[in-house]
Amino acid sequence: MSVLTIERKVLEKNDIIAAANRKLLQSHNLYSINLVSSPGSGKTSLVERTIAACQNKIRIGVIEGDIQTDLDARRVDALGVAVVQIVTHGACHLEAALIGDSLKQLDLPHLELLIIENVGNLVCPSGYDLGENVKVVVVSTTEGDDKPLKYPAMFRNASALIINKIDLLPYLNSSVDDMEKNALSINPALRVFRTSCTSGEGIEEWCEWLQSQISKK
Amino acid sequence: MHELSIAQNIIEIVQDHLPEDQKYSVKTVRVKIGKLTNILPDSLVFSFDALTRETNLNGASLEIEHLPLTIECGDCGLQSSGNEFIFACPECGSTSIKIVSGNELMVTEIELND
Repeated sequence: MSVLTIERKVLEKNDIIAAANRKLLQSHNLYSINLVSSPGSGKTSLVERTIAACQNKIRIGVIEGDIQTDLDARRVDALGVAVVQIVTHGACHLEAALIGDSLKQLDLPHLELLIIENVGNLVCPSGYDLGENVKVVVVSTTEGDDKPLKYPAMFRNASALIINKIDLLPYLNSSVDDMEKNALSINPALRVFRTSCTSGEGIEEWCEWLQSQISKK
Repeated sequence: MHELSIAQNIIEIVQDHLPEDQKYSVKTVRVKIGKLTNILPDSLVFSFDALTRETNLNGASLEIEHLPLTIECGDCGLQSSGNEFIFACPECGSTSIKIVSGNELMVTEIELND
């Protein structure tokens, strides 16, 4: 009975490509965020709002990930921002190889911020490094204050949390304070933002943070 | 979690390590899976069995070592483990903790039938 010792990470292929992506982005001084959430939290609206508020101060590029359609990329394209759409045809998360291919289609030397909007899914993307600087998790006020407790791996792996759709609070039984408390119990280092893409509330603070992250790197 | 593609990755790693020049038969593939990976063991075994049927790995069994979430307190130094997702020290309550174990997703050993 021979036993071969292996000790290899199952996702090592992804990790190797993610490291290459990271190196490439760093070589161009390009700050990148991996935007993750459940479907329907408002990621694409947030991307639109971020572009509208920041693009005269930061040169932005976007990679959109969806299972089907290029609808999200068209929304970004309409704002005059460089965007690549990845259509996974069924894969429930983006992987480093897809990002690596997309980076070839962007003018990296001219960008300062890369927003990667992941496939709507709070489970699988937490395990796949894309080469980004930080993961930013978006939860909307309609999803339940206990959401962070139900998806601890994702909240633990994120650096920032955006609680979106705060304009809906008058119609809901939810407490943003409780949601924030739950999120911080999983990850006390989370930087938390409260936004509405309908009213624009909180977007300026979010953009200021992005600018400070870009100038810090 | 998408256990089928994880199983496929495991199989590819095993194939990488099998000696090319000899006949072999794999008895067991051992993996370590941490609590934070959100992988369902039954689903992974099912996927592994389905993918290895009618291949050179037919009959190999997937053995999973489950690793709980182990944290170390940055304040009192206590290391604690459990199957709950608790990110605070059970002794002093500090949230200044480091994850020591729980994110693993590794192929550790292959046992061959001789």
